[in-house]
Amino acid sequence: MQIYADNAATTKMSRAAIDAMLRCMEEEYGNPSSLYGIGQRAKDIMEQARADVAGVIGAEPGEIYFTSGGSEADNQAIRSAAEMGKKQGKRHIISTAFEHHAVLHTLKKLEQEGFAVTLLDVHEDGLVRVDELEAAIREDTCLVTVMFANNEIGTIQPIREIGAVCKKHGVLFHTDAVQAAGHLPIDVKADNIDMLSASAHKFHGPKGVGFLYARKGIRLVNLIEGGAQEKGRRAGTENVAGVAGMAAALKESAAHMQENAAHMQKIRDRLIKGLSEIPHSALNGDASKRLPGNVNFCFEGIEGESLLLLLDDRGISASSGSACTSGSLDPSHVLLAIGRVHDVAHGSLRLSIGEATTEEEAAYIVRNVKEVVEYLRGFSPVWRDLTSGKTPFIL
Amino acid sequence: MALYSEKVMDHFRNPRNVGVIEDADGVGEVGNAKCGDIMKMYLRIEDDIVQDVKFETFGCASAVASSSMATELIKGKPVSEALKLTNKAVAEALDGLPAYKMHCSVLAEEAIQSALDDYYSKHPEKKPEA
Repeated sequence: MQIYADNAATTKMSRAAIDAMLRCMEEEYGNPSSLYGIGQRAKDIMEQARADVAGVIGAEPGEIYFTSGGSEADNQAIRSAAEMGKKQGKRHIISTAFEHHAVLHTLKKLEQEGFAVTLLDVHEDGLVRVDELEAAIREDTCLVTVMFANNEIGTIQPIREIGAVCKKHGVLFHTDAVQAAGHLPIDVKADNIDMLSASAHKFHGPKGVGFLYARKGIRLVNLIEGGAQEKGRRAGTENVAGVAGMAAALKESAAHMQENAAHMQKIRDRLIKGLSEIPHSALNGDASKRLPGNVNFCFEGIEGESLLLLLDDRGISASSGSACTSGSLDPSHVLLAIGRVHDVAHGSLRLSIGEATTEEEAAYIVRNVKEVVEYLRGFSPVWRDLTSGKTPFIL
Repeated sequence: MALYSEKVMDHFRNPRNVGVIEDADGVGEVGNAKCGDIMKMYLRIEDDIVQDVKFETFGCASAVASSSMATELIKGKPVSEALKLTNKAVAEALDGLPAYKMHCSVLAEEAIQSALDDYYSKHPEKKPEA
């Protein structure tokens, strides 16, 4: 059995997205900046894609800027808010400890440039507290950036309430919605969102394309200088096939959002129930305020990379927040942010299921994770010390 | 290209000499759970020969494979040879490790040295003259 359970990493492209792209590559290959017919037809496709994307999140087409993906959108949003803040003498930004590195590393740079950054605690359940956020707002706060849903543990933040607080205090609010777009309902006006980042390949679109929503009146700074594309805010010939594929994928995801979420949630909860039967394991993040497809566990006494590779041998593609899989000595900053100690964070497993995941596959996953965890614990000196009482269990 | 060589994957999937030796002549444990790798080596030594060796490892695939290979390299060998085992020899026997995983082979070398140190602390008369 082959089961792809890493949809938070990337998704399989939808047929609609592929068809939309093929049309741009095979027929409508013009440059949208060209004045003749084939160029203008490409421009029409692109503008239709912009309108489609805007429609899904309740924005105006003129508020959508196409980018190379979520990271670029995050960078541009934060840089833009910082620039606007600087002009008013405001150099304080509020975010959370478990943002994506596209946000955290941009904030780190801004700190080096003289900005002050407050990272909010996300607590054991992986949720920002709105009152704590409000208390952190200062006279010189120019931006609050909080992710819509976390990419590792899937927890969904109280976005609408955060947006309302920001609005009340006149502070810009950006959200990295890379894991949420196409999976959760988003209405930028009702949710009080000033800027939002998204990435196509997380909702069955192509890689290398995303978008930034920036409310009318927000002046974006350019990360790429050159031609006047994207209203002069993002130079370079547009990725027409990419944006057409993204719009097709997003429209389709939005059209089936409710039924997809209901199905995935059922499978998710079945996985959570099954994996909870493993002794000395724990679900990471709140059990209900989480993405319909996200399951994230820590298993005490084992290391995540070994678990992943043995699951791969059994046809299951998943991911882990262990140091070995992150390429550094520290395990996932997200797991550390919710208070998991290093010893336990190394033994994490993320399963991110998709619309196509079946009950039968979920049962297969549970059975195999149980077997592999037991096998690895069988020759783990850490597990031996835990079971012999030499060291106390954490989970 | 795959993450690991076929040899690493073979030793990871089918680790040799896994387990515990009760009343071992030397036991060594190195690494810590904080960093994500712990190796424990058990030695049975008779007539200055490593008659048996077993390991337990908490860690990634290269940590398991390094432990496994290290046990193979010293099993049945004179203690004097086991003392000379290097991380380089372990990594080479595995057809190489990714640069950022070389520390796993270092841990394997240290685990065996630590088990031998334990053996000598119990049998100081066996300790070779410096």
